[in-house]
Amino acid sequence: MLRYAIRRLLFAIPTLLAISFVVFALLDLAPGDPTAQLPLTIPPETRELIRQSLGLGQPFPVRYVRWLEQFLANEPLNLVEVLFGIEIGDSEGRLRVSSWATRSPVVDLIAQRLPQTMTVVGVSYLVAILIAVPVGVFSAYRQYSVFDQVGTFITMVGFSVPTFFTGTVLIVIFSGLLGWLPSIYDTTHRVTDLASFGYQLKQMAMPVMVLALFSAAQISRFTRSAVLDTLHQEYVRTARAKGLSEPLVIFVHVLRNSMIPVVTVIALGIPTTFAGAIITEQIFRINGVGALLIGAIEGADIPTVQTVTFIFAGLIVFFNLIADLLYGMLDPRIRYD
Amino acid sequence: MTSAAAAAPAASARAAGHGTPLAHPDRAHKYAVWHRLRHHPGAIAGAAVFTVVALAVLFGSFVHGVDPHYLDYKAKNQGMSLAHPLGTDNLGRDTFARLLAGGRLSLAVGVAAMAVSITVGTVIGVLSGFFRRLDGPLMRFTDLFLALPVLPLLMVTTMLFREPLRAALGLEAGIFILVVGVIGITSWMQTARIVRGQVLAIRAREYVTAARSIGARPWRIIGRHVFPNALSPIVVAATLDIAAAIITESALSFLGLGFPSDFPTWGRLLYDGVPFLTLTPDRVIWPGLAISLTVLSVNFLGDGLRDALDPHATATSRGARPLRQG
Repeated sequence: MLRYAIRRLLFAIPTLLAISFVVFALLDLAPGDPTAQLPLTIPPETRELIRQSLGLGQPFPVRYVRWLEQFLANEPLNLVEVLFGIEIGDSEGRLRVSSWATRSPVVDLIAQRLPQTMTVVGVSYLVAILIAVPVGVFSAYRQYSVFDQVGTFITMVGFSVPTFFTGTVLIVIFSGLLGWLPSIYDTTHRVTDLASFGYQLKQMAMPVMVLALFSAAQISRFTRSAVLDTLHQEYVRTARAKGLSEPLVIFVHVLRNSMIPVVTVIALGIPTTFAGAIITEQIFRINGVGALLIGAIEGADIPTVQTVTFIFAGLIVFFNLIADLLYGMLDPRIRYD
Repeated sequence: MTSAAAAAPAASARAAGHGTPLAHPDRAHKYAVWHRLRHHPGAIAGAAVFTVVALAVLFGSFVHGVDPHYLDYKAKNQGMSLAHPLGTDNLGRDTFARLLAGGRLSLAVGVAAMAVSITVGTVIGVLSGFFRRLDGPLMRFTDLFLALPVLPLLMVTTMLFREPLRAALGLEAGIFILVVGVIGITSWMQTARIVRGQVLAIRAREYVTAARSIGARPWRIIGRHVFPNALSPIVVAATLDIAAAIITESALSFLGLGFPSDFPTWGRLLYDGVPFLTLTPDRVIWPGLAISLTVLSVNFLGDGLRDALDPHATATSRGARPLRQG
């Protein structure tokens, strides 16, 4: 297992490097001048100085390596310093990836936005798992029953209807017609007592519902087919034939085996939910990481776009790794080393 | 096969099964697939709804002849009426006409992006399944693409390359090629994996060994034996890819990064309707319903096709659809 884990971990490094190169090159080699949006009255010499100050004077490979160094060495060092309150080397002179729009380090911007995104994504994914897994299992267990038919149809709808439509429909119904829930998520809201906690629940209800419906549809579809596969295995027939009680058959023999792929799919879905939150944040005006990315794209703030995109890629690679390791742990047959 | 059948006497041709239509293995297979598909309520309903949507979008403008670009300020923000079946927007443009025009663009993007993604996926899948030497590098390449954050990259590329392409190819063609290209290039990976698996299985079959032993060239074996037998998962992937491409395009347009307002797709119509949510909520509802209904019907059709073509599919091969973003 350890050898397998180390091999997978080593394989993640070149993947991340290749992705970082793609992200950096795509943005860097794209047509367009970052100073194009500045006033036309700026003389060309000054414009050139601005370009130099943004670090654009260096050739491409140098800039790429400097960016990697800043992001992969300087930022983690900084994080360690902040977390443990210690100072390693020359922390003042260390260069950090900084935004062209705000001149502050991009990592600080992300740290400001992350809690909002994490709350909504985390809660919605938890809700989705809690709904989807039992629904999927029961659907499979009672295949072709009314529950299964209705459940399968609803998951298909949840799978097909885009979140930006469910979101706007929910706003029309619950904010427009009924006036029960706020349509805009207030990120400055602080939970201090029961009433403010209630408001927090109210403003989270719609974004969480939208994201949860979407993830739940995918997870429950997958759970249903995984359980169906297991139910037709011979060891299940054997378990029944030797007279085991039905709960024992289902919970011990069927569920334990069918949950192996489900657990990995749940892990694989986390980065997707983060990316899906970009759209949800746009609908409900949550100023999370997705809103930061959209704002940076519109403002041509290249370092921010590069860093946020790379972090999304990092999430995908990380959770792929987690899913593989989980699979290896739960199913010893998969460790082909 | 054909030359052998031509050389054989008529009696043996009958014995080989040409007498009854069902005994021919290929036709029997087609019949079984058609039979399973016909008895799949989801697939039939999906096909029917999609046909209606496609026909309405293609020929609807002949019945409802209002120009979608015509501005009529005196008749702005109207509700449903005989002249404007779905009302008008804030500039007095007919919502139904815009919906029909937008649908044409949305479906065109879906089909074109599917063509790109299926072509790339099939070529990479066949190459890596058939040629052992290419397998490693091509699959690493596929893994790399699978790890790319698709939605952020789509947003970035459309933003960066919109202006140059627009200048080079014209307003509508530029953005169309850009959106179709980026969606196609970021969605072929699942197809490549499925096709590779299928090709690996086919390559081990006796008829491929037989073809190789009589000296058939690799490309002939691929064209004659491998590709036709790997077709069913490709058909299923193609169907589901149309739905995925329509969703991705409308998500991009919803973020304001896809098609412009002058050539709106359904996603763009929805995006343009959001500021008027309290005044005319139906401007959001209709395009949203159109997207949902189309995607739902295509997904149902795809599911039905998969059940019909491959009744023994397992959870991993069913659930292995890319987890979509949006």
